[in-house]
Amino acid sequence: MKKELKLMKGNEALAEAVILAGCDAYFGYPITPQSEVLEYLSLEATKRTGMVVLQAESEVASINMVYGAAGTGKRVMTSSSSPGISLMQEGISYIACAQLPCLIVNVQRGGPGLGTIQPGQADYFQTVKGGGHGDYKLLTLAPSTVQEMVDFVDTAFQLAFKYRTPVMILADGALGQMMEKVQLPDQKERTKEIPAWATVGKTKDRERNIITSLSLDPHVMENVNLQLQEKYRTIEKNEVRYEMTDCEDADYILVAFGLVARICQKAAHLAREKGIKVGVFRPITLYPFPYEALNKLADNVKGFLDVEMNAGQMVEDVKLAVLGKKPVEFHGRMGGVIPSPEEILHKLEEKLVGELV
Amino acid sequence: MTEEIIIAGFGGQGVLSMGQILCYSAVMEDKEVSWMPSYGPEMRGGTANCIVIISDEKISSPILTKFDTVIVLNQPSLDKFENAVKPGGLLIYESSAIINPPTRTDIEILPIDAANEAVKLKNTKIMNMIVLGAFLKKKPIISFESAMKGLKKVLPERYHNLIPLNQEALEKGMELAEKPVAV
Repeated sequence: MKKELKLMKGNEALAEAVILAGCDAYFGYPITPQSEVLEYLSLEATKRTGMVVLQAESEVASINMVYGAAGTGKRVMTSSSSPGISLMQEGISYIACAQLPCLIVNVQRGGPGLGTIQPGQADYFQTVKGGGHGDYKLLTLAPSTVQEMVDFVDTAFQLAFKYRTPVMILADGALGQMMEKVQLPDQKERTKEIPAWATVGKTKDRERNIITSLSLDPHVMENVNLQLQEKYRTIEKNEVRYEMTDCEDADYILVAFGLVARICQKAAHLAREKGIKVGVFRPITLYPFPYEALNKLADNVKGFLDVEMNAGQMVEDVKLAVLGKKPVEFHGRMGGVIPSPEEILHKLEEKLVGELV
Repeated sequence: MTEEIIIAGFGGQGVLSMGQILCYSAVMEDKEVSWMPSYGPEMRGGTANCIVIISDEKISSPILTKFDTVIVLNQPSLDKFENAVKPGGLLIYESSAIINPPTRTDIEILPIDAANEAVKLKNTKIMNMIVLGAFLKKKPIISFESAMKGLKKVLPERYHNLIPLNQEALEKGMELAEKPVAV
């Protein structure tokens, strides 16, 4: 039987997916535009699955609760929006170094500073280039629909446990607040399986497990780093995800992630009505970034326009991917302003089509 | 079929729920939908709006600047969105609070005196449903039955005793859309 389709807000759909994924614990602190995640979980989660839902006293406390709970091998998570995620960076670095799985959700708003509660994408650098200290990477999924806000939750937990690494879902305020049709997955049991590395009390038949990010001996610490780097190379080889729309015959490619990619799809549609062949390339994993696919695409097109809700962040990775083969232009809006399809088409014509004819 | 709509008015007039009812109703008919609200400080006492897209196909951008139908419930929203109607499109406005009516000649304009009709129905809160009824008469993109089902989904259960009144309001709006009152 086909499951009922529901109309849900992005934040609520994500929270529902967290319960259905069999998550064990959520620690968080409210902030617009993602407070519905904590609200929804507080109302629904504990009575349905026995999941722990705790409002911490701050974001710093939330991420450290996640660190502690993740050490027991449970499926744990937190969520916040840009300023709150900034406060969590130290904890994220510790969790990455201690090689623990967890899910962190950032429903971005416009920055810097307290900024605005309207949507933004200006946390790209913070997310994929290491917002905290040290050589670590954050596996990052960028949803563009409410359905993906649902689907990526379970994917994120699976990746987190597969690689023992923190995984981020990088959304934005508009995705969190908008409503779309969603198909929900079945309820997963909360697993009783305890991973071998978890710190749950030593038994006589094994060595004790230690979870730490501290090694004062530089050679030991270098080995920790080498292990991490080896893991990141594996992730880069296996986990790259992206979506291409109408790229086969395209002369120009719009590159965007998250919600903006959908606005670009509309812009591409408008362009095709005018006879300009435009496709859309959407990285789904921001780390690992789809360098190879973009580089290959550069052989068959005339140029790229990267569109983001920031001053130009992912465009640096697009340029690294294209390696100068073709021009890469940028258009961005900041401070909570969302670009319109017409505006993107206009910029494409102004920056690429007009120049290259 | 793709219908791109913006509904705008003061916070509290029910513009967001109008959009939600439309979306739920369309989901009942297995259509694709997108509901994008304005959120934030402007919702407290200021203007609120939502962009609603209903389509038989997958929806790309939930953010738009031009619309097939613009529904406005106050003067600031009319001033802001009159020019956002696509040529040949439809502009519905609640006429009781409008001092400067729209002037465009390349679109269909439908004033609905919903506030006064709501008073006649003895509940001013259902003004939005009268306007929604008028829209559904002009653009029957979803059936009346689906609209009633959508309403039941959006209205909290404790208010379900008001469903007959809402139905009456929808029907009133449909009636008004057939013979619009001169402004």
